Amino acid sequence: MRMVRIIGRHLLIILITALVGGLLGATLVRLAPGFGIQESDLDAQLSAETREALHKEDAGERNVLSYYGNYLGNLIHGDLGYSRSMDRPVSELFRDRFPETAESVVIGVAGGWLFGLALAIPASWKRAPIYSTSATLVSGVFLCIPSAVLALTFLVIGSPGKLAIALVVFPKVFRFSRNLLVKTYTMPHVLTARARGLSSARIFGWHILPNIAAPMLALAGVTVSIAFAAAIPVEVVCDSPGLGQLAWKAALSRDLPLLVNLTLVIAIVTVAANSFSELLSPTATRDVL
Amino acid sequence: MSRARWIATGVLIAVFVLALFASALAPASYAKQFRNDTDHPPSSQFPLGTDELGRDRLSRLLYGMRISLLLAPAAALISTALAALVGGAGAYMGGKWDRATNVFIDLFLSLPWLFLLLTLRALLPLDIPAVTSVVVTFALLGILGWAASARIVAASVRSIRTSEFLLQARAAGCKPSRLLLRHVLPNVKPILLAQFWISVPLFILTEANLGMLGLGVTEPLPSWGNLLRELENYTALRHSPWLWVPLLSLVLVVSLFQFALGAEEPA
Repeated sequence: MRMVRIIGRHLLIILITALVGGLLGATLVRLAPGFGIQESDLDAQLSAETREALHKEDAGERNVLSYYGNYLGNLIHGDLGYSRSMDRPVSELFRDRFPETAESVVIGVAGGWLFGLALAIPASWKRAPIYSTSATLVSGVFLCIPSAVLALTFLVIGSPGKLAIALVVFPKVFRFSRNLLVKTYTMPHVLTARARGLSSARIFGWHILPNIAAPMLALAGVTVSIAFAAAIPVEVVCDSPGLGQLAWKAALSRDLPLLVNLTLVIAIVTVAANSFSELLSPTATRDVL
Repeated sequence: MSRARWIATGVLIAVFVLALFASALAPASYAKQFRNDTDHPPSSQFPLGTDELGRDRLSRLLYGMRISLLLAPAAALISTALAALVGGAGAYMGGKWDRATNVFIDLFLSLPWLFLLLTLRALLPLDIPAVTSVVVTFALLGILGWAASARIVAASVRSIRTSEFLLQARAAGCKPSRLLLRHVLPNVKPILLAQFWISVPLFILTEANLGMLGLGVTEPLPSWGNLLRELENYTALRHSPWLWVPLLSLVLVVSLFQFALGAEEPA
């Protein structure tokens, strides 16, 4: 029963954050300098009447609250609106593009964790200064390269650009997990286990893993949002037809319905990932038990 | 401070000075075109060659570094001030104000700020002057990049608010303004300083990302972001290795920041 309450609370938080996030996105877009300026204004071939008609068409978007109210009303009926710049219903665009971004994010998160842990575990295990320093330097270098440049590098060498997301995620995973592992390996009960001659695998499985599980799960949620943010420049540079590229196109063409929907989706994914990792963490489980 | 951090700080200061005196050190103006020497390879006259419009690459790099290295701290100042104002004030007032501030911070953190930045930057008029684009880009970085710092500042202020020394000061009849100025602010100062320095390389990298997407500083003004756009011509990269210099200098400066901040030290 308590678990159901916790899940219910998290779902409510996701819903509220998504709704307020959508409104925030719409408000920011509305208040941004330059809102209302259309490319058609620069088209000399259009008459003043045509331009006025086009502006009238957008008049509904001027008042954020009424726009957002109408949007939510339509959303309940499954209508996400129509993208003017892409000339297609938003739901159709999302259906086509979401799998591409989801695949990029999954590859990015999985690759980042794999690479990060593959470097962090031996670094905390062996404590050899040369290994530790080289691993730190490698992660430090990737931390200093813009994700768009990483994507470009993958493009140049003919590898899938999605892997660039893994290199954006990896330094964060490496640093966090290495510091956590080093700290856990110096805890008194671990030192005692070592002194008693327990095998490294047993120490890791029985004494290290339970201690690091909660913060690592919290990091898992954060890495999803990092990967989602990195997908924007990566998809633009690699010309991948995903939500990141769609966000860029929507921003460039000032497509308010598309931007509000994207804000909503991104907020839901980020908050859901954080809530999911929080729910799975042993602290939450302990609360339930 | 370790020796490596001293060296990193020293080199960083040298790079800052170099960028600061770009107008005196650069061989030419960033916008001057040598029309007979377009796409010129490195020579004694043009140490890093010229771009397709005949502009000296070294001069553009020096000026670009100046823009990024001077305006990223300005943006960091804005974001740290906002973090102190929102996170600090909410946590200091406590109760429902603290809860409301937390919700607001969480809300901002639930949206990747690159997405917000992209959205707002792209909404600017198409014919924006170059100088305005610089100011707007870095101002937006500062205005939108406060949330993560605010959470840390709020946590710090919260612990100070419930500390014994503040309780004693309050019991001794200290006015709220005095409590804030004499007891809270001096204790939060190191956190604010750390957040400021952490934000600087982050903003430099974000501007570089925006520049590569064509939404950063506009031409003819150079910045690290738009200098990196030359990398998109990847067929030229194979026989023109000097095109990598802006990226290498960016990685060097951001790494120096990491070293100077102590993040590179193994735990």
